Amino acid sequence: MTASANALLGTVVDVLALLALPPLLLGVINRVKAIAGGRRGQPLLQPYHDLLRLMRKGMVFSETTTWIFRAAPLVTLVATLLAGLLVPLGGGAGRIGFEGDLVLFVYLFAVGRFFTTAAALDTGSPFEGMGAAREVTWALLTEPAIFFVLLSLATLSDSLSLDTMLLAPATGHVATLVLSAVGLFVVLLVECSRVPFDDPNTHLELTMVHEVMVLDHSGPLFGAILYGAAMKLFILSTFLVRLALPTLDDPWAGRGVALAGVLGIAALIGVVESATARVRLSRVPNLIAGAALITAVGFLLAVR
Amino acid sequence: MTEVVSGVETHNGGAVATPHEVAPEAFQRRILAAADAGARVVAYYGEGHAPHVTLTAVLADDRSGRLEILRSRVDGPSLPSLTPQLTELHLFEREVFERNGLEPLGHPWLKPVRFTRDGDVVGVTDYYRVEGEGVHEVGVGPIHAGIIEPGHFRFQCHGETVFHLEISLGYQHRGVEGGILRGPTKRVLHLVETAAGDTTIAHTLAHCEAREALAGTRVPARAQAIRAVALELERLANHVGDLGALAGDVAFLPTASYCGRIRGELLNLTAALCGNRFGRGLVVPGGVAFDVADPAELVERLAVIERDATGAVDLLWSTPAVRSRFEETGGVATATAQELGLVGVAARASGVAVDVRSDHPTGMYRLAHIPMSVATSGDVYARASVRWLECARSFAFVREQLTALPRGPVRVPLGPLEPASLVVALSEGWRGEVAHVVRTDAAGGLASYRILDPSFHNWSGLAMALRSEAISDFPLCNKSFNLSYCGYDL
Repeated sequence: MTASANALLGTVVDVLALLALPPLLLGVINRVKAIAGGRRGQPLLQPYHDLLRLMRKGMVFSETTTWIFRAAPLVTLVATLLAGLLVPLGGGAGRIGFEGDLVLFVYLFAVGRFFTTAAALDTGSPFEGMGAAREVTWALLTEPAIFFVLLSLATLSDSLSLDTMLLAPATGHVATLVLSAVGLFVVLLVECSRVPFDDPNTHLELTMVHEVMVLDHSGPLFGAILYGAAMKLFILSTFLVRLALPTLDDPWAGRGVALAGVLGIAALIGVVESATARVRLSRVPNLIAGAALITAVGFLLAVR
Repeated sequence: MTEVVSGVETHNGGAVATPHEVAPEAFQRRILAAADAGARVVAYYGEGHAPHVTLTAVLADDRSGRLEILRSRVDGPSLPSLTPQLTELHLFEREVFERNGLEPLGHPWLKPVRFTRDGDVVGVTDYYRVEGEGVHEVGVGPIHAGIIEPGHFRFQCHGETVFHLEISLGYQHRGVEGGILRGPTKRVLHLVETAAGDTTIAHTLAHCEAREALAGTRVPARAQAIRAVALELERLANHVGDLGALAGDVAFLPTASYCGRIRGELLNLTAALCGNRFGRGLVVPGGVAFDVADPAELVERLAVIERDATGAVDLLWSTPAVRSRFEETGGVATATAQELGLVGVAARASGVAVDVRSDHPTGMYRLAHIPMSVATSGDVYARASVRWLECARSFAFVREQLTALPRGPVRVPLGPLEPASLVVALSEGWRGEVAHVVRTDAAGGLASYRILDPSFHNWSGLAMALRSEAISDFPLCNKSFNLSYCGYDL
């Protein structure tokens, strides 16, 4: 096989993994939580069945909603998918990628968030407005953390492209990488609405953050939201794995390590969710600000 | 100089001849005087319709274990409200207005209780509103996201902070009390069992003790012991279930999963007593319908349950993340709890030491004392820890009773009811004080039947617990009270 064919095949595999694997992460998290709780738990592939079930359902639209409500899930999904294409899984570059794409990466998520919160406000429900307010407040606090991580990586790799930043070996800066990884893990938990920041299992609207914004969506559009949220989890996990694990010369081995790492992060989330309770909503900003500070220290060490 | 009237004195489960009616002014003066002296209002209700209403008040002196019954006939459309002086009457007076049409003049907020007047639509009423910059209103229910009973909660919020919570119920009003009065007799027990389905034993116990008192029947010791065992098992199942649900509300999975299972095991113990997990059909007038065949086997199963429950709940106390959520959340000050007349776990968690089992014991509780479990902080943590303290004591009590069950029959026939009498029967359900007030007519039939579930007293406690609290903590506070909607709506 020629080198270019190999690279093409790698790209296809990367994209397929991005499309197919996200729900599996939710299955892994649920399984770990079930085992920790002394239960057998739902099937590992249950999230896929849930998505298929939603795709076959009809939809209900409130009369007060506008096109934003219908467009938001798809816009968010597409934005997330594009952001996913910017992150190298483990092989070489070859998908979308250019100098400065790290800014696009962050703002693609912001576009998704903008539409999700706009759709929530579109319903006019007091619950959804409350959720939107919480989501935006927290996003305001997670953004600095993400940017400090990106700045650290840009400094270490002397590049503004995610491909180079995440694939170039950054040995000799263990402290920066560790601090960035810790901060990014907190960001991941916040962004993907996991315990201790949010509780994806609760049915209590008043305590929800992300879930409450999508209460009025149903059927395929709701499926698109859940799928997009799982994909976000996959993307941020990939990012974190690439940050934390050494880059291998062989792209296929690199892919294998990355995928194993992503599943490992899902298991780690399951452990965190089993071992701790949700923090009080009013204390969440302190925790996120703490994560931002940690990444800031990492950045200072990188530019020192 | 005004005449000094006092009511007829009795005790829990003591039938008395229907007290004479006193003048409304004397009636009201006496209630205020008794409350000043530390008495608590157990029941306050009307019979008949304005302009001719007979009011009955039952006051409890918890220190001496005495009950005082006052009756008064009011001729006229209204009566000055006592609520401004005695807050715990606020809901009682609203109820008398709704049921009997007697208007309490000067009541601060005369709203429907169960929306039972002609033309009422449940939930349609004036709600308290806070206006101003940044103030918003959140309405929750009556249809909820989980499979729970219907009730409407309206929050006046500023950002995440709750200024005021108003709770509007009545969706489950079935007319339990009217059904009991109408008979037929065989249906009565079923109505009582389902007045609040999770409090079956406590309600049937109060009902049967009331009828037994009116009939002058003495219940055999073995039946009394089995009743007490069933009441404590009901408490254990619900307390363990609640502790698990509290853990679930803060997303702490291990305790939530284990307690869900352990609650099932405890319900199965009740099923082993009578064939029903909620104790339906166990307590009957004159004793219990089923004898315990093999108490040793129950003791063995209980030991395993106690070990598992201790493990699961200890995890709750030893996890700092859980404690930090429970502590200083949803606090009710002792003074507030007293003023509102809270009962049961909610009162004891706020430092108000009331417990029918200690203050007004009947049956087996007169012989085997259960120490009262009290906390002082009044927050979610206090309500959780009082539950667990009570569990520990109930485990010991059930074990003790089952290992030394008295011998003899478990049921005796019930004679006819004493005519023209009144009885107040209290039992300490897992939520708190259950009161049944029964009056017979001149022929020995039921003339009035009043049920008070602890939830009737305690819903306003939840509303107060939410003042200045985060709205996201409402589910946790609500769970820490875990009140009954149908027990309130009846």
